[in-house]
Amino acid sequence: MQVSSNKEQMQTPADTRESVTFGANRNKDFSKEPLCLSGKDVTRVFHTGKTTTTAVDHVNFEFHKGELISIVGESGSGKTTLSKMLLGLLEPSAGEIFYRGEPRLIKSGKQKRKYWKGIQAIFQDPFSSYNVFHKIDNVLLDCINMRGGRNLSKDEKIAMMTEACSFVNLKFAELTNKYPFELSGGQMQRLMIARIFLLKPEILLADEPTSMIDACSRATILDMLLNLRNETGMTVIFITHDIGLAYYISDSIYIMEHGKFVESGRAEDVILNPKAPYTKRLISDVPKIHEPWDLSTVG
Amino acid sequence: MAKKMLEVRQLTTKYITRQGEDVYSVDHVSLDIEEGKSLGIAGESGCGKSTLALSLMGYYFPPLHYTSGEIIVDGKTISGLDPDVVRKTVLGSDVAYIPQAAMNALNPTRKVGKFIEDVIRAHELPMDSKQIREMAEKRFALLGLPVEALDKYSVELSGGMRQRVVIAVSTILNPKVLIADEPSSALDVTSQKMVIKMMKDMMAKGLVKSMIFITHELPLLYNVTDDIMVMYAGQIVERGSAKEMVFDPIHPYSRGLMNSILVPEEGTRDVKLTAIPGTPPNLKHPPAGCRFAERCRYATPACKFNQMPIIDIGGGRQYRCGMSVEKLREVYASEQQ
Repeated sequence: MQVSSNKEQMQTPADTRESVTFGANRNKDFSKEPLCLSGKDVTRVFHTGKTTTTAVDHVNFEFHKGELISIVGESGSGKTTLSKMLLGLLEPSAGEIFYRGEPRLIKSGKQKRKYWKGIQAIFQDPFSSYNVFHKIDNVLLDCINMRGGRNLSKDEKIAMMTEACSFVNLKFAELTNKYPFELSGGQMQRLMIARIFLLKPEILLADEPTSMIDACSRATILDMLLNLRNETGMTVIFITHDIGLAYYISDSIYIMEHGKFVESGRAEDVILNPKAPYTKRLISDVPKIHEPWDLSTVG
Repeated sequence: MAKKMLEVRQLTTKYITRQGEDVYSVDHVSLDIEEGKSLGIAGESGCGKSTLALSLMGYYFPPLHYTSGEIIVDGKTISGLDPDVVRKTVLGSDVAYIPQAAMNALNPTRKVGKFIEDVIRAHELPMDSKQIREMAEKRFALLGLPVEALDKYSVELSGGMRQRVVIAVSTILNPKVLIADEPSSALDVTSQKMVIKMMKDMMAKGLVKSMIFITHELPLLYNVTDDIMVMYAGQIVERGSAKEMVFDPIHPYSRGLMNSILVPEEGTRDVKLTAIPGTPPNLKHPPAGCRFAERCRYATPACKFNQMPIIDIGGGRQYRCGMSVEKLREVYASEQQ
């Protein structure tokens, strides 16, 4: 077979594979769903000596229940600072974050613990996300105990752990008595998702969960996140610098530049018809398959 | 026919673990690159991409050991030489290597210009400081890098600039083969584009005669290199032109890799990604037969016992599978219906 230059005939295996359904939540209009997290003029300023840095600058957002949101930006755009504020690890310098439509109050330890029951995170580096002294059974057992399963029988607990592991294509029987560092990066990240599966939080914040693993395992992780969202109806906030990945996985996308949201909307609208010059530049800077990659527009 | 810049014949290198076990991470690899061409190497983590890059320099240090095979750069055999000879006569002038964390490789207490001086001195070239400075300024101007960067410390430069400086320093002697191991994976998209543009410029201006580019980002390889080679468990499983490899892969593993491509283009959202199940084999005890058989959905029982030779089907295409090309294409076509 000769590969022709005609675009219609140029198809990657990805273009021609059977379309598998993504579930009912794909391309759904989430704006009618109840609000989960929202923010009004959220700002965070850091002071170092005489210099002040505004990491997050008056951002407004509305994340609805069950929605998969991506926050896309380059290094230093304020993604991580915003995610820390969403997690309640940092307080905004100005503005307010609303949880289920009410102002979020996390001043006291009790309020914080209550809030953290509903929100969980997966971080970039799976290798430093685990306590190296705890075996994998303990990691999962802790999750069951946290969800009030302390008094379940041993068999029930094992059944739950097995179910969670099989959800992420791991075999629980092979993992018992192992330490997290005996797994590969992709397996560790999958185990992280198994934890989330047991905890079933209302909100999951995934901060670049696939940037340290290769393209092949990445597909598996993304698939599992999509399944998890469909099964539990949780809100997933996905933080990434990879715009192709954001387009594939999310319902809505927020583009962040220098601490501000320069564009937001449904994934199709933002990626296929970008309005802001920054979004256009970001998309043009990514190498593509069907369109030529214009190297002449570099600074 | 164009001149061959790099020829590798049945190169095998191994790691010796602390327990004394041999791990053959590069197993009978043969490849060649013509003058002015570039070759991309793709594959999962741990498939031997980076080990191949290290092995191609001809400079081995424990735990990596040379076992057998030949590396010929522009007619000169560099395999099996004494490491000291390799360092003085091969590295930098015949083969230049840019590691993944190159931007962190610069000594923070020395100015950029000094690194260029170091390269010249290491090769014992008869040049004085003034001549070296002139040469460095000329090269930086040619590559579109600010000449002021020569008088700066590495910490004063941004990540993308640091990476470009490292590439400029390591190619100052116009190497015949440039090996770049994930040179842009730690950078954001804009800096990545600048690095790639500079590397392509260097090829076009003939400062670098040929290039090997290693990454697992397939859209990047497709746009940068002429040919793509896919590695799996220390072996080459397929090679072809970039276009053929992306749009018409033959080997089931390459096909699986091409299925994981994510780009911000219309349509990528509508089809679900399909991942390759399972994990690569442990190379301490490689499988007796085809190394991909365990994870291959088309594998027959015989695949697990028969070693697969690499088959050349002409036009620069090679693949390693027990099934014929026609049969594989037939299977793929029937799946789509």
